Amino acid sequence: MSPEHWTRPSRPDEQTRNGTASGPAATSAVPTREQVIAGLRATSEGGADLVQLLTPEGQRVSHPDFDIEVTDEQLRGMYRDMVLVRRADREGNALQRQGQLGIWVPLLGQEAAQIGAGRAMRPQDMAFPSYREHGVAWCRGVDPTELLGIFRGTDHGSWDPNTTGMGLYTIVIGNQCLNAAGYAMGQRFEGRVGNTGGDSADNEATMTFFGDGATSQGDVHEGMVWAAVYDAPVVFFCQNNQWAISEPTERQTRVPLYERARGYGFPGIRVDGNDVLASLAVTRWALDECRHGNGPVLIEAFTYRMDAHTTSDDASRYRLDDDLEAWKLKDPIERLRVHLVREQIADQEFLDSVDAEADELAQRFRDFCVNMPEPPPERMFSEVYAEESPVVAAQRQDYLQYLDGFADSAAGGVH
Amino acid sequence: MAAPTMENPTSTSTPSQTLTIAKALNTAMRSAMERDPKVLVMGEDVGKLGGVFRVTDGLQKDFGEQRVLDTPLAESGIIGTAIGLAIRGFRPVCEIQFDGFIFPGFDQIVSQLAKMHFRSQGKVKVPVVIRVPFGGGIGAVEHHSESPESLFAHVGGLKVVSCSNPADAYWMLQQAIECDDPVLFFEPKRRYWEKAELDPTIEPAPLFTSKVQRTGSAVTLATYGPMVRTCLDAAKAAEEEGRDLEIVDLRSLSPLDLDPVFDSVRRTGRLVVVSESPPESSVTSEVATRVQQECFYSLEAPVLRVNGFDTPYPPSKLEDGFLPDLDRVLEAVDRSLAY
Repeated sequence: MSPEHWTRPSRPDEQTRNGTASGPAATSAVPTREQVIAGLRATSEGGADLVQLLTPEGQRVSHPDFDIEVTDEQLRGMYRDMVLVRRADREGNALQRQGQLGIWVPLLGQEAAQIGAGRAMRPQDMAFPSYREHGVAWCRGVDPTELLGIFRGTDHGSWDPNTTGMGLYTIVIGNQCLNAAGYAMGQRFEGRVGNTGGDSADNEATMTFFGDGATSQGDVHEGMVWAAVYDAPVVFFCQNNQWAISEPTERQTRVPLYERARGYGFPGIRVDGNDVLASLAVTRWALDECRHGNGPVLIEAFTYRMDAHTTSDDASRYRLDDDLEAWKLKDPIERLRVHLVREQIADQEFLDSVDAEADELAQRFRDFCVNMPEPPPERMFSEVYAEESPVVAAQRQDYLQYLDGFADSAAGGVH
Repeated sequence: MAAPTMENPTSTSTPSQTLTIAKALNTAMRSAMERDPKVLVMGEDVGKLGGVFRVTDGLQKDFGEQRVLDTPLAESGIIGTAIGLAIRGFRPVCEIQFDGFIFPGFDQIVSQLAKMHFRSQGKVKVPVVIRVPFGGGIGAVEHHSESPESLFAHVGGLKVVSCSNPADAYWMLQQAIECDDPVLFFEPKRRYWEKAELDPTIEPAPLFTSKVQRTGSAVTLATYGPMVRTCLDAAKAAEEEGRDLEIVDLRSLSPLDLDPVFDSVRRTGRLVVVSESPPESSVTSEVATRVQQECFYSLEAPVLRVNGFDTPYPPSKLEDGFLPDLDRVLEAVDRSLAY
């Protein structure tokens, strides 16, 4: 049985391709591990289902359903986006190695998926991210320095979701998919979906970001159920980077993830997550579908986590370098750079200017990080509630009084 | 007609009517929904059926399916989408059908609902109310008679209250809906059909306060929810024996408002804390701890507790033994007085 065959199991009443009735389920229908893996990766080897507009060699190709017109300026802009977020990301890794951050969550390799998706959003849309969405944050106008507090331990996220349209990072896997479904239900209840004519420009959509590991979570399933039942304008943007820390995708699923959408009753599309143009095209289409009232949509951005899960992780314990080398040939930035140069959309001067800008960003990022003030002890007690709890207020008072007791000591404070 | 306010309730609550706790809750939601178009009711079977206890009866008929949502059957989904709706500016009132079914939603409650305001340092508010019919005494199967309130009172970022009578049910639920914080609202399901007079012109006490339900001088009883009725009955029986019990209805379990309990214990010198929940690491433990800290020199006896047991809730043929009743309360009162 070929992977193509078994990932689309036929119903008992259907005829199989070779003309024999498939009959009732038999134990022989259970796929082998090799068949599962082959099925999950079929599209990465150039399968028909992968939406791609820019090949790994930087060749612009067309697609019957998801082609897109972009200006040269937009192409250069997305190149700049990807270079800058990668530079901030590498600086985050370095800052952790130098003891300036407790942990960093690398984005490396997922720039195209996130910039394509992020640039498809409109200001009035809302994003509900997981914790690796530095590229999406960038597109929402969240400065990379605003990510640092989470990883330096000075806050849990400092940007304002209300003004940026970017929710705070969600660390419990999959929770945000339900919050996004609820938010999108609210957009529909408020009549911000499916308007035509002059009001159509104000139509809204929501997008939630999660990984292949999260697809095993009940909250992702429930989010898709809710979104479907309430026709919520939400795009489920799954970055399948093929690794949930040490667990490969075949530990999460038998079928390609985008195919799950069919079970919920909405479209699922697999896009080349290392192709920024295809990510932009597919996500723009999906968000428009949602804004028109045809949501939800599932997008599986097929990509690869080129670095470890976090700076605390050691990927060499569970995967081969060969894999990484193969994916380096599909690098999202390099393929766009080749395309820009080949098509004379960008000259060396432009590429150099982006690199210079990246250097400036890295310097600013680093300076900001090392100069971040420690939060005052009373921060622990602030904004626990909208209407302050007398219990928490009393605990704050006791604790600050306790700290004051050290004020006159030789050491000059608590250590 | 002027917009109805909590101070000037709508015609649905004419002065001094006698009504059940269930009807008081229903009326409270109706008033809140009339006042604020952002208030939504959502849960399993809350629409056409009116909820398995009929607490939401008639709301969907009058407010439509977009404000009273029969949700898919998944508690994490109910809470998780309510959080998203709240971020959007709605004020969802979720019904969890039975106490023992809240746990699929526990993750969303603890990981997101409780932490969102703190995480965002006040930029994101999540005014979600979660109504939970709780407690035993109805002869039900497993998972339908639990008292999980202490699990939530333990979590920073949540507020937890419980009503014990129709007037409190009416006011406290409206106050919880108006509160900008997430509120777990525990309803004493076996008392749903108890009636009392509700005079909506009487100004309600603030939500997060306890209330002296009966004054007395011999022993203080601190309790909440379904056990308030049990304690009132016990006080009546004790009165016939010449013992005058004071009863404080805690009402707010997080934050606890213990000043009335401290005042009472300073007069009586004795405290019995009563709750259906298992005793270990519970709201009753917290009350006992803080009373001994604040009233150490006033105590004539150790603080005693009357609780369920640290067991899973038993089959219903055994629940009369699990649940504190009048005799167990009076036995504890006797022990307190014997010191």
